[in-house]
Amino acid sequence: MRAWFKSGTPWVWLNAGAVAVCMIMVVGLIGLIAVRGFGHFWPSSVAEVEIVDRDGSRRLVLGELVRSQTVTAAVARDAGNYVPEDTAQITRYLFKEGNRDQTGRDFVWHTEVGMQPFRYPDNAFVIERREWGNFYGYPLHLTSAGETIPATDVRFWNTLQTATARSIKLHDEIEAIERRRIGRINTDMERLRLDKRSLELREVSGAERVIEETRIAERSRELEIEYQALRQELDLLYKSTFRDTLRMLTDSGDEVDISLAMVVRVTAPNTLSVIDKAGEYLVRLWEFLTHDPREANTEGGIFPAIFGTVTMVFVMSIMVTPFGILAAIYLREYAKQNLMTRIIRISVYNLAGVPSIVYGVFGLGFFVYFLGGSIDQMFYEAKLPAPTFGTPGLFWASLTLALLTLPIVIVSTEEGLARIPSTIRQGSLALGATKAETLWKVVVPLATPAMMTGLILAIARAAGEVAPLMLVGVVKLAPTLPVDGIFPYIHLERKIMHLGFHIYDVGFQSPNVEAARPLVYATALVLVFLIVALNLTAISIRNRLRERYRSASD
Amino acid sequence: MNETSSTSDQSSPRLKSLLPGVEARKKLRKRRLFKDNASRWGITVAGFGVVFALAMIFVYLFYEVAPVLRGATITPLSTYTAPVADDAANALYIERYEELGLQYGSSGMVTFFELESGALRAQIPLALPLGSRVSSYAAAGPGTHITAHGLDNGQVLIARHDYDLSFPEGSRYITPELEYPLGTDAFTLDEQGHSLELVAIASRTRGREATLLAGYTDDKRLVLASLSSRTNMMTGAVVVNTELHTLPPVPGEPVRMLLDKALRSLFVVDSAGWVHYYDVSNPDNAQLVQSVDAGEGSPITAAEFLVGTVSIIMGTQNGDLSQWFLVRDESNNYSLTRIREFNSHGAAITAIAPEYNRKGFVAGDASGQLGVHYGTSARTLYLDQFIDQPVAQVAISPLNGRLLVLGENGQLHSADIWNEHPQLSFSALWNKVWYEGRADPEYIWQSSSGSDEFESKFSLVPLSVGTLKAAFYAMLFAMPLAIMGAIYTAYFMTPKLRGIVKPSIEIMEALPTVILGFLAGLWLAPFAEDHLPAIFSIVILLPIMMLVFAFIWTRLLPASIRNSVPDGWEAALLVPVIIGFVWLSIVLSPFIEIWFFDGSMRQWFTNIGITYDQRNALVVGIAMGFAVIPTIFSIAEDAVFTVPGHLTQGSLALGATRWQSVVGVVLPTASPGIFSAVMMGFGRAVGETMIVLMATGNSPVVNFNIFEGMRTLSANIAVELPETAVGSSHFRVLFLAALVLLALTFVVNTVAEIIRQRLRTRYSSL
Repeated sequence: MRAWFKSGTPWVWLNAGAVAVCMIMVVGLIGLIAVRGFGHFWPSSVAEVEIVDRDGSRRLVLGELVRSQTVTAAVARDAGNYVPEDTAQITRYLFKEGNRDQTGRDFVWHTEVGMQPFRYPDNAFVIERREWGNFYGYPLHLTSAGETIPATDVRFWNTLQTATARSIKLHDEIEAIERRRIGRINTDMERLRLDKRSLELREVSGAERVIEETRIAERSRELEIEYQALRQELDLLYKSTFRDTLRMLTDSGDEVDISLAMVVRVTAPNTLSVIDKAGEYLVRLWEFLTHDPREANTEGGIFPAIFGTVTMVFVMSIMVTPFGILAAIYLREYAKQNLMTRIIRISVYNLAGVPSIVYGVFGLGFFVYFLGGSIDQMFYEAKLPAPTFGTPGLFWASLTLALLTLPIVIVSTEEGLARIPSTIRQGSLALGATKAETLWKVVVPLATPAMMTGLILAIARAAGEVAPLMLVGVVKLAPTLPVDGIFPYIHLERKIMHLGFHIYDVGFQSPNVEAARPLVYATALVLVFLIVALNLTAISIRNRLRERYRSASD
Repeated sequence: MNETSSTSDQSSPRLKSLLPGVEARKKLRKRRLFKDNASRWGITVAGFGVVFALAMIFVYLFYEVAPVLRGATITPLSTYTAPVADDAANALYIERYEELGLQYGSSGMVTFFELESGALRAQIPLALPLGSRVSSYAAAGPGTHITAHGLDNGQVLIARHDYDLSFPEGSRYITPELEYPLGTDAFTLDEQGHSLELVAIASRTRGREATLLAGYTDDKRLVLASLSSRTNMMTGAVVVNTELHTLPPVPGEPVRMLLDKALRSLFVVDSAGWVHYYDVSNPDNAQLVQSVDAGEGSPITAAEFLVGTVSIIMGTQNGDLSQWFLVRDESNNYSLTRIREFNSHGAAITAIAPEYNRKGFVAGDASGQLGVHYGTSARTLYLDQFIDQPVAQVAISPLNGRLLVLGENGQLHSADIWNEHPQLSFSALWNKVWYEGRADPEYIWQSSSGSDEFESKFSLVPLSVGTLKAAFYAMLFAMPLAIMGAIYTAYFMTPKLRGIVKPSIEIMEALPTVILGFLAGLWLAPFAEDHLPAIFSIVILLPIMMLVFAFIWTRLLPASIRNSVPDGWEAALLVPVIIGFVWLSIVLSPFIEIWFFDGSMRQWFTNIGITYDQRNALVVGIAMGFAVIPTIFSIAEDAVFTVPGHLTQGSLALGATRWQSVVGVVLPTASPGIFSAVMMGFGRAVGETMIVLMATGNSPVVNFNIFEGMRTLSANIAVELPETAVGSSHFRVLFLAALVLLALTFVVNTVAEIIRQRLRTRYSSL
């Protein structure tokens, strides 16, 4: 035994254990996110269970079983549950009972005490609503276009689905009018207001002013008429969406009327086969990726967050690539290799290790308040005191991240430049090429893979960074996307949503944490995917370039 | 254009030069030269620009922090004779917009005048009862505008000055007004009708409205009146209910009385420099609680409450200034305590003007000096000669921008004052500070509150301790795993496995920390709370389990099985062992709780007096350790892997075992690299924001308890910077915090980088 210890074998094994632990953690983490994230979209069955209370009364619980947990009796008692004297451990179940408008509670724990076996009735409906979360209950009848169809009718299910589809279509139409057309009118109105204000600021007078003012007045009258027409159209649509109602029975025996205008989807998950569920799964996954969030981000999709993240990273790449590469070329090819350059180089390398929040502070103070404030003073005076660039937004977020990732690009490009054999440079120079020609036609192309590597690393870092963005332009809910059909099409001053911040916000600032939890896992999964995808794309580009230049340099 | 291709027609009799003409070549050369220069200058400019931009971060953070170090400056603006020179001033005030000045005269005349020129704006006489005369004056703390005027017939008149804003023709016009909040009638404070030599007033505005009046009569009695007012809903008339009390006699000859606005305490300053503290919270049973020698032999010439009426500033005959407030001891008794001193003026303090929304004040003395001091930070920001004769009265504007000084000769001086950041000083940021209402000096971070009277507490110590605490536990978790893992991966692992392990651990570095943070906060924290015994058993028993398995594998198993797995696959063998053991620990966890900890280990901790927060340093340590592992692992692995092979080969050839070679040769050679890896990891842990933001309770505590949370510098910035006012002291402190973080990580990384470069040169020489 002692010899065994002396040989050092146990230490080798302990070291091996450390690696194993690291690997288990890595794989476990990814696995945890994947399982929870993917699991969110699977339509789970709706369980019905009867609970006999201690006083003999019975109550019915209908909902999705979220998870169960076995705890010690002491913990359960601490949480205020009744536990019979002789039990040491007790299992409790977390049900998503929904019906938040009825009961005020969404998720409820029930202990196994007095619990009858679970049943999965076919007529248990899950109604996804635009407000108040899910509704769980049993259908009674549907009033559609003045006709009442009881749930027992054979036509019931089909009529319900048609009516739901109709109301969703109407809802989309309403949204299109409100968002696009009325939005456009509002933008125009705002522009007129600014025109008017800048007339005052520029102190225009005389004929020019009269002409301008008449133009503004005329245009706003036109807009007003247009708006009234749209308003009427909207009123009609609104009235029409409220045509159908569904009467449901809750688990506590109440009858509730649900207007189909408020419904996103009606399913009876217990009747679905596995294939049906898989189809439903894909539909939900697609909606998650392409729809806007609802209900304080705890429901619906995350499209604006994905879009915001990608746009921001894109704008950042445009800024960081040229500057990073030029700085690296300067440091490696043009600067005199003396002590000063060495100090600069070490400092730049070290900036890669500076906490990201420091960049956020700098971005907020210098970019937003100082630069942005000055830009507003100069170019957007008419809009003041409402700031345009003097407030956090897409451009500043991108610029801050560009600064944050600059050292990464510089370091990587410099390494690439340093690896190019000096014989190649000398060969080029010996053939009579100038330094610039050598640089741009020989050295830089050879170093392109290294530059791409730098850009990849920069993008991967930027996409996952949250702390500085909280200060310089990311918000929990942005009303508009940074890119749209209104001139100038890309709006650098707008605030954006961001996947990483979405995770933080939904997971920690949300009023309904339990409901938000699966969404956070799903968002995290998307973020991991996005980062891995960005990495893989860039890596494949890098490899292709490497191949190309390898043949070119041979 | 200058292509010399081999396909050109060689058979042509007249060989035409393929080179362009002289002119064209000259042009081309020029263009190439221009391009070369343009490229050089373009790149140099861009390079400098980038370096400059990065240097800007330092410069800008300094620039934002710098104003904190500045003291106060006072710039005299104008001097004029007081508009009512024949009337001695009881008090001076400046109105909010710094346009008007106000003087309460001893004759009962209230005079409003323009601050710039001294031109008279309005004169309103107090509604004094017929035949009476003002004999004493008191104000109810800064910002209330309420004043009490003691009369020679034992009555008190309570008045309030106010300003009405109107905007005729778009510009502001201020109309001064005088109101009587408790009615125009004077209240009888002394039933015997003696003249009131001194008076004090305090009003409670929160909760049930009440006012307390104290007076000292010329026959040396201390009287107290509590007024409770009720406004009639229907008529709007104010009904005032008065209760009169006589207090125990005061030892000594009073010169100043102060009532706090909680209506609990009365402080009477006597001519010998003693302060007598009366508890008047129950006026029927008011008692003299304590007498202290506040002047220490020197008479007190000025005493004034700071805003909030908790602290009293005492100024003495020989120019000393000190701050006092009531401190509660263990047995719940209050005693007036000297908290701190300010720089001495060297001449008798004659006037003190407290600021309206901060714990600062301006003091004037008998030699004509003005001093600007601040309570919390104990700073004297300005102390200089202002006029050439004694200062009689001082007033500061509510926004701390303007001063009004009355000299003994009746000349009024108005001055600009710049005093933006008095709260901050080195000692306020890093030392223990005795805050108002606290029993002891403490380190506290509490930057803001709803009330104007709030004393900002800007100690960076809790945040720095929190930062170090988080980094410490993270390193405790990450260091052994990362370094040991790196040694194994670099030295023992088969290349095949290494090809998988290294990139997968390194890819973790790209994993956003927000994901780690949310998992730590939403999954790990509740999990750890529910399975505490499992966590402990894993930490303690897992290494032992590994050794047991290793022993069984290498010693007890038959060689046939052992040899079926080549060396370098130990890690893979251990994976099922670890997973199995972790699973077992989790399953057994509730039973351990039942057997040893009365069913709940968390409760057990609470019972033995250990605070347990769900989101604590343990959770942060694991999560942030996880974030740091790839950093340390990757650099340390490189350092170990690049140790020249002939060194270890030599060691092995001399008969050392593999492990002995590692300990004796590889580690000493690679140790600087490993050290620099640890430094890098530490740098990352110090600055990490999202994990600590999400996995701790963000409470700024000063301790190293693993079961409590913390607030780090970085998380604090993330939480508070979006909320704070641009340019305020709080804003600048947060910039300072960022600067501290920047400097700290920069230094740590530089050291690590230099060590690594040294190592590189050493390896190349080996």
